[in-house]
Amino acid sequence: MIRVRDLTMAYGSFTVMHDLNFEIAEKDIFVIMGGSGCGKSTLLRHLVGLREPAKGEVFYHGENFTTTPLDQRGEFIRRFGVMYQSGALWSSLTLAENIAMPLEENTQLSAKAIQELVSYKLALVGLSGYDDYYPAQISGGMNKRAGIARAMALDPEILFLDEPGAGLDPLSSRRLDDLILRLRDSLGSTVVIVTHELASIFAIANNSIFLDTATRTQGAIGNPTHLRDHSENPTVRNFLRRGEAETPATSPQA
Amino acid sequence: MVAEKSTAPRARWTHVDGVAKLELSGDWLQGGMAPDVQGEAAQTPPSEYVTTALGKFDSTLPAFLLAQLRDLNLEKATSMPSLSGLPPNLVGLMELALAVPEESDASSKPSAPSELKKLGKFSLRLVKSMRSIAEFTGQAMLSFGRFFRGKARFRSREFWHILQECGVNALPIVSLISFLIGLILAFVGNVQLASFGASLYVADLVGIAMVREMGVVMTAIIMSGRTGAAFAAQLGSMNANEEIDALRTFGFDPFDFLVLPRMLALILMMPLLTMYANLVGILGGMIVGAAVDIPPVLYWNETLQAVDLTNCFLGVFKSVFFGVIIAMCGCLHGMHAGNSSAAVGEATTRAVVASITGIIILDSAFAAIFTILDI
Repeated sequence: MIRVRDLTMAYGSFTVMHDLNFEIAEKDIFVIMGGSGCGKSTLLRHLVGLREPAKGEVFYHGENFTTTPLDQRGEFIRRFGVMYQSGALWSSLTLAENIAMPLEENTQLSAKAIQELVSYKLALVGLSGYDDYYPAQISGGMNKRAGIARAMALDPEILFLDEPGAGLDPLSSRRLDDLILRLRDSLGSTVVIVTHELASIFAIANNSIFLDTATRTQGAIGNPTHLRDHSENPTVRNFLRRGEAETPATSPQA
Repeated sequence: MVAEKSTAPRARWTHVDGVAKLELSGDWLQGGMAPDVQGEAAQTPPSEYVTTALGKFDSTLPAFLLAQLRDLNLEKATSMPSLSGLPPNLVGLMELALAVPEESDASSKPSAPSELKKLGKFSLRLVKSMRSIAEFTGQAMLSFGRFFRGKARFRSREFWHILQECGVNALPIVSLISFLIGLILAFVGNVQLASFGASLYVADLVGIAMVREMGVVMTAIIMSGRTGAAFAAQLGSMNANEEIDALRTFGFDPFDFLVLPRMLALILMMPLLTMYANLVGILGGMIVGAAVDIPPVLYWNETLQAVDLTNCFLGVFKSVFFGVIIAMCGCLHGMHAGNSSAAVGEATTRAVVASITGIIILDSAFAAIFTILDI
């Protein structure tokens, strides 16, 4: 449902990544991985239209997103839900208002229906009862979960999550992974995640792209578990094994 | 505890049969003395270290050794220099430090740019900022167009909140400043006018000065420091926190959503605040008048005679433009701030400086125009 063709990303004259080609199928959990500063978040920002590609195109359902003028992208954007690295909740609004705002502005729902939807979305991410807290009053992990709740506010077809697990303790991170899997299964959304946390990658992703800093283009595409064991690109295998020596998958982990 | 006596750190190069050795002795401690280097440094890394007399050491020693090795300008290709003879924990630290070669491109040593280059950079920056101002003005126009066609989307609750913030909440400071300005004008005026026996004309002086210039300019300056700075800081930190991106991906136009209500609020509130400031200033003058035996009723009548509606209107007319300048500077610098807390501070400073400069320049332009038009 998402197709990227010859995408080149650049900041001014500095090329971040060139000639990316990949496809994301419906209901995929697609991971964008790579070393720090390789342009993972930049790729995500290109996919949602916050940055314009230097070259190449992004298609959604075969429709060209890149050549659509900015003021006509509403149709595309309405199908996105984006969670940002820092949560990016609107700091002047409470959690409930944060989730309610997209609903109030984009739908004709009654105040009561919105109220119900808001409590439901907060309950989904385990934040029931925090309706009236401001983003500054809750922890970083809660901010991220509230960010996911807001991203899901309009029941998007595609969820984009920028480093959902970063800065969380292992248990919270694990719970977040479960949440993402469950949401995909029950809502049928496609999920695109930027992360470099191997545990999460292997636990949830069924497809991935590896951005290689050295060659400034994609290193590999495919299921991360498969890539770890069978990728032809040594950098990819190395990354997915935390640089540890390759051992046969059957050897006991004594 | 008895302070242990430490011996001076010492390094000595020796060359025997073309083999360079580095002898290290003494205590290499951060609180200790500067190392004493003897002998001629080799052109190649020492093939052996002699550390028999080496005492205690902390980071000073590996730092010294690393600097020695870096000074030799080792080719990137050469393998790890020999570390034999060093104590094992020091070897570990040195290996760690030498593991990744120095990135020559990443060196932040400032190469002093030539004057011509500086001039070029300055002009490019100037052009860039001009362009961003033009772009911002254009966007503001479009946004107002959408607003008048009823298509702009922003939250009315947010708008009322901003209106209160830059209206009612500014009253105390505006009252204080304009009252004092009226007081000062009356004092200074009275000293001069009394020598002509024309004390009563203090009312004319204070009235006209407040209504035409001081009321509106002082209000505008207060509002730049208060509200313009707040706008820049709010939008700047929203930008740093990706909140503005979040607005975009929910299909909100950040310009309609953030800038438009702020501009509208200031355009509405500046004239009201200016009229209020004028009144309070005249009140300040009246109190000085009472102190120098001008009865308030007489003072008030004199003020009414001197200040006609045209004068009043001029100040209020200007205040609308000043409101636009304050809101534009605050929002422009806020929206274009960088992604760090330092950048937000910088944006705030720039917003205040720009809006005060803009206000004074525009005010002098108005003064010239009104003189030519003979108003």
